[in-house]
Parts: sequence; structure tokens; C-alpha cells
Amino acid sequence: MQPGLYHILFISTALFFIGVYGFFTRRNLVTMLMSVELILNSVNLNFIAFNKYLWFDKMDGLFFTIFIIAIAAAEAAVAIAIIINLYRSHNSIDVEQTEELRY
Amino acid sequence: MPNTTLILLIILLPLAGFVMLGIFGRKYFGNTSGVIATSLLLLSTALAFYTAYGYFFKYGKVDGMYQKLVPFKYTWLQFSPGLSIDMGIIIDPVSVMMLVVVTFVSLMVHVFSLGYMKSDERFPTYYAFLGLFTFSMLGLVVSSNIFQIYFFWELVGVSSFLLIGYHYDKPSAVAACKKAFIVTRFADVGFLIGILVLSYSSGTLDFNTLIANLTSPQTNEYKNAIAASFLGMSALTWGLILVFIGAAGKSAMFPLHIWLPDAMEGPTPVSALIHAATMVVAGVFLVARLFPVYAIAAPSALNLVAYVGAFSALFAAVIACTQTDIKRVLAYSTMSQIGYMMFALGVSKYGGENGLGYTASMFHLFTHAMFKALLFLGAGAVIHFVHSNEMKDMGGLRKLMPITHLTFLIGCLAIAGVPPFAGFFSKEEILLAAYQHNQGIYWIALITSALTAFYMFRLYFKIFWNREHHPLHEHHGEGGFSMMMPLVLLAIGAAVAGFIPFGHFVSSDGTRLNTGFHLQFSIAPVALGLAGIFIAMWMYKKQNAIPGKVAASLNGFYKAAYHKFYIDEVYHFITKKIIFNLIGRPAAWFDKYIVDGLVNATGNGTEDFSATIKKFQSGKVQSYAIYFLAGAIGLALLFIYIWK
Repeated sequence: MQPGLYHILFISTALFFIGVYGFFTRRNLVTMLMSVELILNSVNLNFIAFNKYLWFDKMDGLFFTIFIIAIAAAEAAVAIAIIINLYRSHNSIDVEQTEELRY
Repeated sequence: MPNTTLILLIILLPLAGFVMLGIFGRKYFGNTSGVIATSLLLLSTALAFYTAYGYFFKYGKVDGMYQKLVPFKYTWLQFSPGLSIDMGIIIDPVSVMMLVVVTFVSLMVHVFSLGYMKSDERFPTYYAFLGLFTFSMLGLVVSSNIFQIYFFWELVGVSSFLLIGYHYDKPSAVAACKKAFIVTRFADVGFLIGILVLSYSSGTLDFNTLIANLTSPQTNEYKNAIAASFLGMSALTWGLILVFIGAAGKSAMFPLHIWLPDAMEGPTPVSALIHAATMVVAGVFLVARLFPVYAIAAPSALNLVAYVGAFSALFAAVIACTQTDIKRVLAYSTMSQIGYMMFALGVSKYGGENGLGYTASMFHLFTHAMFKALLFLGAGAVIHFVHSNEMKDMGGLRKLMPITHLTFLIGCLAIAGVPPFAGFFSKEEILLAAYQHNQGIYWIALITSALTAFYMFRLYFKIFWNREHHPLHEHHGEGGFSMMMPLVLLAIGAAVAGFIPFGHFVSSDGTRLNTGFHLQFSIAPVALGLAGIFIAMWMYKKQNAIPGKVAASLNGFYKAAYHKFYIDEVYHFITKKIIFNLIGRPAAWFDKYIVDGLVNATGNGTEDFSATIKKFQSGKVQSYAIYFLAGAIGLALLFIYIWK
């Protein structure tokens, strides 16, 4: 059976919610970062799928995807820098330990 | 033609002194500041004399009339083609005379202060303030624009404030400087409104145009200003009365005189310069500057000037007879003499022989500056010697202070109007002018002149006679050369200034006015003056019981005069009881409970509300994410199902 648009959308939705679930439940910041990447990639899948099946004569979806990948890379670099700094000051990368910034 | 650069230099040199000493004085110049300021002013004085010589004898007179020259004019703010605020210089007989008086007296005071203020800690600051004052006063007298005069008017007010409060660690001085500033400022509101009325009705702020527009009945401005009436008087009369209120505040006319006696808290040379010879005559100068308008367009405003002046003269003379602080006696005497100048202007008419009062007023201003500065500086020397202002600490000083004694005597004779000293001539002219135009004021003036002689010689005998030996046995000198030299120079001025044929130079319309000497007329005032002197001699030359008896026989009146007729108390009552209680307190209540209440309610409301919602900021990244997701889902639902 040839995979169609709906299959891809299904996968991307699944990926998205797995990401959201991971982001809410994990305490480890690196895992949370990975969850964010999952969310972003689910969006990428959506873009590619819609571009291919609905507007195959255009390239906009592709460009968006490339953009998102680049931004995700930059974001990962920043996030990892933050995580390293956090580890240096708190000796931990558990989000439960970093609640100083509140009212 | 006048040399503009030199005239500008007269005015700007003291300003340069102020800036230099004000910024660098205490750091770099120290004790040399006095010499620096004095030499700058010496230059300025020389230029002023040179200008006066040039104006009066060379270029000033065209076809027998002294011209009003405007050698310098810079437009500062232009409102409309006719209406602009300029910074200019006007050169006419009065302003040239004032240039000479101000620079000369200021120079004398600068020199005197070299000795008097020698050991003062803030010596450079003192000279900086003197420079500021001199600059402002010179700027005031040459102003070519009514707004410019207002500008410098406030500047002299500020420098007077600074100098009265010079000893800022003395609470009485602080209170006095605030009082002086507030009272004159209050009067200046009148002046400002007057300026607005005058400039509105004449369409200009420039003095020459303003006078021209408001004195010739053909112009539209004149017709409109006369026609517009308010409470039975024309707009022009109101404007001039308001200007006179400002003048009365600065010149300490009743009932705005209360600041002048208190202003004696300043250093004595300052009193000589500001509160006797120059600043307080600014009011007279202002009325003289606008004199054609007063005389031609608003005789009723001029009448007011005359009566206020005459009343102030008598009122102050009575108080002066009872005061015991020598500087206060001189202060009331100043007020009384300025009253003379005011009513002399008030009884005068414009032009020709009828303008005698104008000439007499300016003449008296000139001679008064000489002898009153002399008297104040003499008093300063006495105070420097005995370290007290009170008469009871003095007496018998004539042998210890021979030069001061002699010069002070000349000053007293001059102010008492004894021939041939300066005051005699000017006072005769004033009395003659009053006699010709207003008999009632003439009698007031005559009584005042007897009182003047009495209280001045009371002062003189109390300081220099009254007892044989002053307790200060050891002779520690009258003060050095710097203190005696101004006294001698001013005494010469007070002795001979009367012989200047003043009417030839200064008159209401610029023409030559011959002021004759009338022997029969002079008998009465001179006799009364001499009588005053002899009564003072009889009462105060030796210590005796007569003054006490006289005071006791005039019990109620004496007490009232001693307490300055309770004017201060009246002001206190009005400000404290009426203004504070009826206006101040309700306003304070409104501010405290209504205005502040609104502000507080806003603040408290915000705080209470934020207390309930601040828990959302928990610091937990994941709960933020949940809010974010919930928000996104909420918005998505909103856009999908409700706002389609």
C-alpha cells in the first residue's frame, strides 16, 4: 500500500504529542530539549507533507522546513549552553531544582 | 555717537567678575577676589563717567533737547512684527545718571568691603554676589524694552535675596531674605500684569514706541486704551497702577515696605548699596521711565503715586524716630526719602516748568544715593568698631572714630537739608514742586523734613555723643584706608553734589530747566530742619531723662510707632489667620483626603489584585508550558468554533 497524506499526518501528530508529553513529564533538561526537537520535527513533517500533496508546484514548505532545521540547531546550541551553565551553578540539570525565578 | 562697545563693557564687566569669582573664586582667587572685583568695577565706573561726559557734553544734545539714543538692540524673541522682547541699551539723561550713580556707589561699597568683610570665610562669594547685583542693576537702568526691565528687575531681586541671606547660618537673616523675596515677588505680579496690559494696549514692548503710542491722543492705541474701561478707570490707568504696585514693592512704599527693615540683616555695605542707594530706587526709576505716559494719559494713577509716596514718607519718618537699631533707623529713613522721590514724581506734570517735580525727584535720587550710602557705610564702620547694631552700645565715639564722625555728620546735615549740603538743594526743589501743585502734600513733606532732621540727629548724637567715654578704651582703629577712603569720597559727594545744575541735564522732556534758588521759600524748611536738629541735640547730646519723659507723655503713640504701627502683625494676621485657615487648610484637607485618596486607592487596588494572581509565576518551567499550551488550545478553539 502506498503511504498517503493521512499516514504522514498521523505520524506527525503522534510525534507532536509525544514531544508535548515528554516536555511536560521529564525532569531532565536534556530530555526536555529532545522533546522540543520532536515537536519541531513534527511540524517539519507537516510542512513537507502538505507541500508535496497539495501544492507540489511550489517550494515554500521546503524552505520553511530548512529554516526550522537551522533555527532548531541554533536553539539547541543556546539551550545546551544554558544547561551547562545551570549545571555549573546548581550541580544538577533537574528543572525541579531551578525554581528561584518566581514572584 | 555713543561708543556701543564701551557702554556694553560697563554692564558686562561686573558680570564677568560674577562668573569668574562665582566659579573659580573660592578655589583659585581666595583673598585676591576683592581686588579683582574692585578693579573690574573701577574700570566700569571710569567708562560710565566717560559715557556720561560724552552724553551730556558732546553728542547727547540736539537742538537743545537731550535725545533718547538706542545704540544697541538685539531682538531676542519676536512675537509679531511690532511685538518683540529685545535686549537693548537706551541712553538718555536718566539712564546715564543712573549708570554713574550705580557704578560709583557700587565701587565705594566694593572698596569699603575690602576692609569690612576681610576676615569673612566666603569672601569670594560675597564679591561674586556684589558683581551679579551691579550687573543686574546696570542692565535694569539701560533697558530699552519693558520686558527686559522686568528681567533685570527680577535679577536684582535675586541678588538682593542672596545678599540679605548672606549669613545663611543666622535664622533671622534667612527669614529676612525670604520675606524680602516673597514681598517683592508678590508686588512683581502686579508689575507683570501691568506690562501685559500696557503692551496689549500699545501693541509693543519697546519703551520708546510704547511711550510714543500712549502719549499722543491721535493714535488708535491711545484711543482704545483710554476707551476700554474697567471699574470706572481706563485700561491704561489700571496698567499704570499695576506697574506702580511693582515699583512700590521694590521701593518699599507703604504697605509693601515690610521687607526693607528686615533686609538690614545683610552685611552693612550691602545695605548701603542695595537697600539704600540703588536697588530700592528702581521703583522710582521705573515710574520715571514711564513718566510721560503717567503724566499725559493717566493723571489719576500719578495722583496715587503722589499720595502713596507722601504717606510713606511721613509714616516711615515717624517710625524712624523710635527705633533703636541704627540700621533700622537708616532703613526707615531710606523709605521716607524714597517717599519724597515718589511724590515729587507724583505732583509733577510733563514738560517745561511744570516738570520741576520730575527733575527734583531725579536730583534727590542722585544726592540721596550719595549721602545715604555714606550714612550706611559710616554705620558699618561704627558697627565694625563696637560689634553691635544697638544704640545703647554706642555713644561717645567721636574721639575714637574722628573720620567716621566727621563724614557721618556731613551725611546727617545733607539728609536734614541744611545748606549748602546736597540734600538741601534737592529737597528744596521737591518742596517747591509740591507747593506749586499740591498744597496738602507740601505740608506733609514739610513735617517729614523736620522729623528727618530730628531722627537723623538723634542717631548722630546717640552714636557719637551721649556719653563722655566709650567703654572700648583701647583704640583698635576705625578700620583701614579701604574703609575710610569711600567715606571721605562720599562725604565730598554729599557736600558738593547739590551744586550741580541738575535741571540743565535731566528734565521731564529733555529740555533745559532752570531751577532757581528761592530764598523766601527756603526759610520754612530750613528753619524746621534746624529746629529738629536742636531738639535732637537737647534730648540726646547728654544722657538725661528727657527722651524717657517725652516717650511716656506720648505713651500710646510712641508704643505704636516703636512697633512699626503693627503692620507686620497685620500681615501676620492676614497670612496666618485668614489665608492659612480659610484657604490653606481646606486645600490641604482636599489634597490629603481626596487627591491622595484617589492615588492610594489605585495603588492598593493594584496590589490586592496582583497578590491573587502572582502565584502563577511559580518558577516552574513546565507549568508555564502548560499555561502556554492551554492558551494555545483555547485560542484555537476560539478561532475555530466562535470567531469563524
